Amino acid sequence: MLKKRIIACLDVRDGKLAKSVKFVNTKDIGLPVPVAREYYEGGIDELVFYDITASSDDRAIMLDVVSRVAAQIFIPFSVGGGLRTVEDCGQVLLAGAEKVNVNTAAVKRPELIAEASRAFGAQCVVLSMDVRRVERTAEIPSGYEIVIRGGRTPMGIDALEWARRGEELGAGEIVVNAIDADGTREGYEITLTRAVAETVGIPVIASGGGGRPEHLYDVLTEGRADAALVASVLHYGEYTIRELKEHLYRRGVSVRMRW
Amino acid sequence: MIAIVDYDAGNLTSVRRALEHLGVESRLAATGATLREAAAEPHARIIFPGVGHAAAAMEALRERGLDRALGDAFNRGVPILGICLGAQIILSHSAEGDTACLGLLPGDCPRFDPQDASLKVPHMGWNEVAVVRPHPLLEGVAPGDAFYFVHSYYPQPTHRGDVLATCDYGITFPAMIGHGNLVATQFHPEKSGRIGLSLLRRFAAWDGTTESETQEEADA
Repeated sequence: MLKKRIIACLDVRDGKLAKSVKFVNTKDIGLPVPVAREYYEGGIDELVFYDITASSDDRAIMLDVVSRVAAQIFIPFSVGGGLRTVEDCGQVLLAGAEKVNVNTAAVKRPELIAEASRAFGAQCVVLSMDVRRVERTAEIPSGYEIVIRGGRTPMGIDALEWARRGEELGAGEIVVNAIDADGTREGYEITLTRAVAETVGIPVIASGGGGRPEHLYDVLTEGRADAALVASVLHYGEYTIRELKEHLYRRGVSVRMRW
Repeated sequence: MIAIVDYDAGNLTSVRRALEHLGVESRLAATGATLREAAAEPHARIIFPGVGHAAAAMEALRERGLDRALGDAFNRGVPILGICLGAQIILSHSAEGDTACLGLLPGDCPRFDPQDASLKVPHMGWNEVAVVRPHPLLEGVAPGDAFYFVHSYYPQPTHRGDVLATCDYGITFPAMIGHGNLVATQFHPEKSGRIGLSLLRRFAAWDGTTESETQEEADA
């Protein structure tokens, strides 16, 4: 049976981790490669690196991180943040990433999804979408709207419509990042995640709000997500990957228990 | 020395990086001539990776003369490991683009058409692999071990004896196939963590024989 995936998300700024990560075993706290390696050895199923470098002119630092990760971590990983063109995507794939995450650039120019999908295959293209709950209107019938710039700019696009469009354009997976839940650690946005999962036929990754093992259970069962993104719950050392997985396994969720 | 067949079909570098990490030397073979040269060396091994479309892959292999060089290496007993698309186009035919393939093993590659609409295609992610026929490369693989898959078609050898391991995704399909000195995984060992790396390490040390063959020879 196909396993539900736990994906660790690492925000990288100027080649360093943007959020503090608490580890006892790692000397180089704040560097993405040793932290990624620790997660890899701890049983994470996949990794995602978001480049949040303020000036995205200099991609060289991130590409260096990507190639160093690829040299010592042998599970799939994706890279997102500031990828605007097929050439940008090609560079991170060539450096060793399996997949690219596109977000703002795809909202502004949806053809980017189609271009990247044609160039590298749908399985390489992850559409990441930031979503905020709003009042239901004719324009936003689901009550979930696509936003950009960390939630500051509403785009007037219905999230379910955008998910459907992303799949048509050739995205291979969708990350649903619930802005309202992000950072709260009170649980994933189950209703939204489930609505997207029932709208598209490609895997859906839930993001935002995961703080406890039960939250993962809820979104992977009731929320119908194929994978759950985790960040601070791991970074702050509150739970190990094994603890999260054991909780899921005990409750009957199919997860990878041997690594 | 492992020669990696290079025909512009996907990310060969991930296989190279994994071998480098294991301390196994490798080089790319982009033409029939270089592959023949590499295959003639003592202890030669060949990895045949690939992602992409079967028809495009076959065209690229023919253009470069790699199709015949692979066939000759197979006949000469050189250990060969196919990965993903490389596990499909070693068979005689693929439903992807109705493509005539290398035919190193008789068989076809159908597309997933799960009756269960909740099963998504491509089959992507970690899934359990069950050993159905012991093989030196599968030593150490225990029940419940999962490997990383990304594919919409799967290899279906004509002879059941060529199926070494299976995986369940709506149906039970061959996850690893092989015959003699040829073995191939539908999953990506280079992306399957430590368990996948062990399989690659065992391939690097494999002489191309299997226990059952050795037994047959002993019987003869």
